[in-house]
Amino acid sequence: MFWNPKIECMPADQLRQLQYRELKRLVNNLYSFNKFYRDHMKAQNVTPLDINRIEDITKLPFMYKQDLRDNYPDKMFTVPKNEIVRYHVSSGTSGKPTLVAYTRNDLDYWTEALCRSFTAGGLGPDDTIQISYGYGLFTGGLGAHYGAERVGATVLPSGTGNTERQLEMMKDLGVTAIACTPSYLIHLDTTAKKLGYDWKRDMVLKKAFLGAEPWSEPMRTRIQNDLGIKAYDLYGTSEQAGPMFSECEYQKGVHVWGDIMYVEILDRETGEPLEPGNEGEMAVTMLKKEAMPMIRYRTRDITTLYTDTCECGRTSPRLARITGRCDDMLVIRGINVFPSQVEYTLLQIPEVGDQYMIIVTRDGDLDKMVLQVEIRPETFSDKVEDMIALRAHIESQLKKYLNIAVQVELKAPGELPRFDGKASRVIDKRKI
Amino acid sequence: MNEYIITQLSIFVNNVPGKLAAVAKTLKDCNVNMKACNLAESTEFGILRAIVEDPDQSCEKLQAKGLIVRKTQLIGIKITDVPGSLYGPAKALGDGGINIEYGYAFTGKKVEGLFIRVDDPEKAITVLQQAGIALIRAAEI
Repeated sequence: MFWNPKIECMPADQLRQLQYRELKRLVNNLYSFNKFYRDHMKAQNVTPLDINRIEDITKLPFMYKQDLRDNYPDKMFTVPKNEIVRYHVSSGTSGKPTLVAYTRNDLDYWTEALCRSFTAGGLGPDDTIQISYGYGLFTGGLGAHYGAERVGATVLPSGTGNTERQLEMMKDLGVTAIACTPSYLIHLDTTAKKLGYDWKRDMVLKKAFLGAEPWSEPMRTRIQNDLGIKAYDLYGTSEQAGPMFSECEYQKGVHVWGDIMYVEILDRETGEPLEPGNEGEMAVTMLKKEAMPMIRYRTRDITTLYTDTCECGRTSPRLARITGRCDDMLVIRGINVFPSQVEYTLLQIPEVGDQYMIIVTRDGDLDKMVLQVEIRPETFSDKVEDMIALRAHIESQLKKYLNIAVQVELKAPGELPRFDGKASRVIDKRKI
Repeated sequence: MNEYIITQLSIFVNNVPGKLAAVAKTLKDCNVNMKACNLAESTEFGILRAIVEDPDQSCEKLQAKGLIVRKTQLIGIKITDVPGSLYGPAKALGDGGINIEYGYAFTGKKVEGLFIRVDDPEKAITVLQQAGIALIRAAEI
């Protein structure tokens, strides 16, 4: 099943031609209307005239997460504000969020990408899909929602939480597909068993589109065997639009739609592009994006690109699983958390010191983040309730800045380890 | 200072095995003698509250050793060894609108009673004395 067979199965040389034309148009446009990127290009002595084939993309400057932060909120926009129809916001480092903006066309291409991806995974009008990603500022819920609606599936916009009710609806409505984080599906599984549901007897679930956090082949095997379903890896970050790309029924990597996103895999040390089949940092160029440019954006994700034709017949390049990050970002319950955000938050709380440790565990099926922090001597109270109130205050501040629940443990000054060189303040005990 | 104000040292203790021993060792090394004490706990930390000899000097010595110590003012109510002896003082404080944060019992060589923590110790002293309740002097401990 194909949504857009012409593009999905386009011969490689034709796709390169198409990508070249899109890039040329994009760069012309940015050079004219985006001061940030024009300055960047000028600094590297490159103009749109230097782009004469897709390979010339390597002449263009990289973009980094920091660029998004420095230009927050609207300095990166390439279109007038009245053409922007939606924002999504993800938590960013230093307490500053990362804003992404969308034009009507940006939303349409996001949906188009998901239509192709969902169709490749067998989702269609006969399906009922439960979207158990967060709706709201997070891209997951609304993104998956519109994609699934466009392929004609019946959408149950359940969002996150209220697991018992989600299972009840899944059973009563005959839900055949779900989009959520892998850890949430495992949590649903555990809860279902506790409540006496039998996946084979009570449910008709056939497939799951799982993303927004790293997972592994053993997790896939476990999910597929336990639930008797196909579990597909769904990839996409808010900078790209949101969840966009997924796997076909052969599950041989995430199909990237080349007319929408151009992928480079870079040597982690030198930043030089690597040949397909080699592992490195992924840089992406969003060829259709209008509201905010994303050119050679360093995702910090480590992966491998395959360009051979897939068994399904699609010629589109495929991404292997994300095997790691080039920076210290943590993904906790699908939310990106940077230790620098924690640092920034603590700086706003005079009652605590600046030493901290982050301990991440998987408590049952859900990620749990514990933050150990030292209190200042003058903050110490003989009343337990004062100390608990302080702890609750820190927890609510962290919740506000990080967007996830964090359990805080108060420590005495000097109790936490000090670091001379590079601090390793994160202990990740999750086994993924 | 009011002779009925009793200084308590509160010491922060992490709630992990061996931490109280480490604090106790510091008390020993600083030659600090506890007359009464109480342990309060939360999930990850505890508070050792202690009435010690020479609280000001003890506090300085313990802080110099790196402990987190805070001085708090308590009052001591004399309690006799008979049923109902807590009723009088508790009622007097209640009638006076004074809330007891926490408290712990003390049996000394000369006197026995209950140390309590209230928000306004001076006012509590007045209320209790007006109700004819006997209080422990700091010097009596």
